[in-house]
Amino acid sequence: MRPTPDPFTEALLARADDALVLGHRLSEWCGHAPTPEEDLALANLALDQIGLARALYAEVGAGSGRTEDELAYFRTDRDFRNCLLVEQPNGDFAHTIVRQFLYTAYADPFWRAAVGSADPALAAIAAKAELESAYHLRHASEWLIRLGDGTAESHARAQAALDALWPCTAELFEPEPKARLPDPVPLRAAWSATVDRVLARATLARPADGWAQTGGRRGRHTEAFGKMLAEMQSLARAHPGAVW
Amino acid sequence: MSDDRRARAWAAAAAVVDPELPALTIADLGMLRDVTLAGDTIEVTITPSYTACPAMVVIGWEIEAALARAGLGPVRISTVLAPPWTSAWLSPEGRAKLAAAGIAPPPTAPADPGLFAVAAPACPRCASLATERISAFGATACKSLHRCLACREPFEAFKAHGDGSISNTASRDVLS
Ligand SMILES: [Zn+2]
Repeated sequence: MRPTPDPFTEALLARADDALVLGHRLSEWCGHAPTPEEDLALANLALDQIGLARALYAEVGAGSGRTEDELAYFRTDRDFRNCLLVEQPNGDFAHTIVRQFLYTAYADPFWRAAVGSADPALAAIAAKAELESAYHLRHASEWLIRLGDGTAESHARAQAALDALWPCTAELFEPEPKARLPDPVPLRAAWSATVDRVLARATLARPADGWAQTGGRRGRHTEAFGKMLAEMQSLARAHPGAVW
Repeated sequence: MSDDRRARAWAAAAAVVDPELPALTIADLGMLRDVTLAGDTIEVTITPSYTACPAMVVIGWEIEAALARAGLGPVRISTVLAPPWTSAWLSPEGRAKLAAAGIAPPPTAPADPGLFAVAAPACPRCASLATERISAFGATACKSLHRCLACREPFEAFKAHGDGSISNTASRDVLS
């Protein structure tokens, strides 16, 4: 009988799932990035995210009696609480960079705020995550500016990616009043300011806020996410309990 | 007597090298936080440089092996995250060993780098400060890739991480 997780543990799980899913998506670039330097960069970003996921799953497990591997490999899509933005397929390089930028512009102030959490384990994880999210945001911003303010082709692709992913951003700021964890709602102003400043430098147009695609935090995911999980979990499910 | 046992345990653990950066020990890197005695058990506390540092498991094994070779044990390895590791934890010896290995040590007190104004490390070959960053990401999480504009050699640098300036986030700004 699995203990019912408390709301704090559920909210931690959402951040852990964000980190794992984004980390897995980034890792799909390994060996396929536009340049060797960028291959290393995306692999490093993936590693940082998966490391963050592990630290958070360990905390979730402590509160709910599950192991890191059970949480990562033996839940179905409806049990994942990641936002829809991070599960979006890599698409072209512009899609990956826009996804990384829009998410990290939220994650960076989120972890900075979480450093002040009354939960000491979360505060310790956040203190490391915010140091790492700072250079993740810098990397994504540099690329977005280079793409947007680059050739006509790179500009068009970056704008198309921005327009396509924009409806997934509202979910980041859904109210989630949880003690010991930052409320995402007030983070929107910081996110919005970062987005405006980088888009201006990138000569990209901020899409209008309209219809918002949400549901990930409640376990309603896209078809592409199911396929991603199937691949990510196949080894662990074929050999349950395997260790190396 | 127990002080001697603790000192020997510290010395053995401090000599363990980072498998991804074998020129430096975990003590040089500031990853060895504490060695304490809990009854018979020697508790060695380590901290990862980056959250995902993949060397942590191997470092734990190497510490157990090093203490066993010194005739010490049983050992318990514990990992702490707080206070977070920054490149300010590098020892002076660690900085000298990096330079000797051809890896530029991090600038000691970087100003808040903003988005583009990242402090440039000196070329480990010719000491020129005229260097450019090729990539903020290198072969391991702790290193970045650079090129010297004077001697034209590419080189690796140990990243400045934290050090108070980046984490002093009240004024952090992605655009400088
Ligand atoms: Zn040089």
